[in-house]
Amino acid sequence: MSIGHTFLGLLESGPRHGYDLKRAFDERFGQDRPLAYGQVYSTLARLLKNGLVVVEGIEPGGGPERKRYAVTDAGVTDVEDWLARPERPEPYLHSTLYTKVVLALLTGRSAADLLDSQRSEHLRLMRELTRRKTDGDLADQLVCDHALFHLEADLRWLELTAARLDDLAKEVRS
Amino acid sequence: MSVARDAQAADDGARPGRRPLLTATGLRKTYGTTPALDEADFSISPGEVVAVMGPSGSGKSTLLHCLAGIVRPDAGVVRYRDRELSAMPDAERSRLRRDEFGFVFQFGQLVPELTCLENVALPLRLGGVRRKEAERRATEWLERLEVAEVTRQRPGEVSGGQGQRVAVARALVTEPRVVFADEPTGALDSLNGERVMRLLTSAARDTGAAVVLVTHEARVAAYSDREVVVRDGRSRDLTREPAA
Repeated sequence: MSIGHTFLGLLESGPRHGYDLKRAFDERFGQDRPLAYGQVYSTLARLLKNGLVVVEGIEPGGGPERKRYAVTDAGVTDVEDWLARPERPEPYLHSTLYTKVVLALLTGRSAADLLDSQRSEHLRLMRELTRRKTDGDLADQLVCDHALFHLEADLRWLELTAARLDDLAKEVRS
Repeated sequence: MSVARDAQAADDGARPGRRPLLTATGLRKTYGTTPALDEADFSISPGEVVAVMGPSGSGKSTLLHCLAGIVRPDAGVVRYRDRELSAMPDAERSRLRRDEFGFVFQFGQLVPELTCLENVALPLRLGGVRRKEAERRATEWLERLEVAEVTRQRPGEVSGGQGQRVAVARALVTEPRVVFADEPTGALDSLNGERVMRLLTSAARDTGAAVVLVTHEARVAAYSDREVVVRDGRSRDLTREPAA
């Protein structure tokens, strides 16, 4: 996820302090991983440097000064471009699993056990997400569904690979 | 909901991991020259939801049919509450299926001439419950499955999702000890499938029923407590015996 673009989008509704931005981000998008303060301020520093936000005001307080950030026209354009640009599908997991399966076959280990073990782990996580979804609100359901569909796709790959293990074994050992 | 059945379920230990309610050992079944089951094992406890997964033709539906007493295995033993199901006379197995088992199939298999209310009340009527009482209980289950609005309609007049929820109500109206669900969401879209699974599993857990859930969909299996994979007629419990 692009934290910078998300901040810009959140700032479109009006200027905010760094703390408010973090809170808004965590409430809407940080279900699993709330932002660290270091991430918040380093992201704002980068957006400031690139002219995508400006410091609209500084409020002195007992502690450090509190800066209010506002999105610039360039920042709004940047968010628009980001939203309009499709994400690159990332086939990340299968390459690791493929390597493991081939290595198991090459070294005489059980690739079927490896696939079953992975399948069991995928389903364990899917159960956890399903429970969370069942007990959660609509936002939880949408976030969990996204993860569930991806895990399901992985599982289909695991099943298909399990069905093709004999052919794959012949190929890698030839 | 029957208080007596709730209490009985509690006595039986309606928690996964307790004394098994239904077990199968060394099941073999061959159709012609085609082996469907080859030394398959299975076990389920009260209150547990177990997904039976596997590719098409792997033997998962045959396993379900053997467990439910619909099909006799060629070899092996099916035990239900200390009784050997596979050795029971046909009449006794039929009584068991009517009184203690519930069934949900891919296509609801509702009786088209009856209203949805009459369909749900049917298992109770067949068990000798008077019409008024059967319809009162059927109405409760239709409400619980969130399809009270189709009570007076016939199956041909309701949507696929509504029809399947009526089928689940029919399966649960007798408060069975075991529910057998064979691809219960196979004919539904994702949203309706999820709704059926949420209602089926929560209702079964509330009544302490065990659910044997045959599915090839991982998202459906994710509603279970554990999964058994059937491949080439052999079963493997991945949750209890994780691969090395």
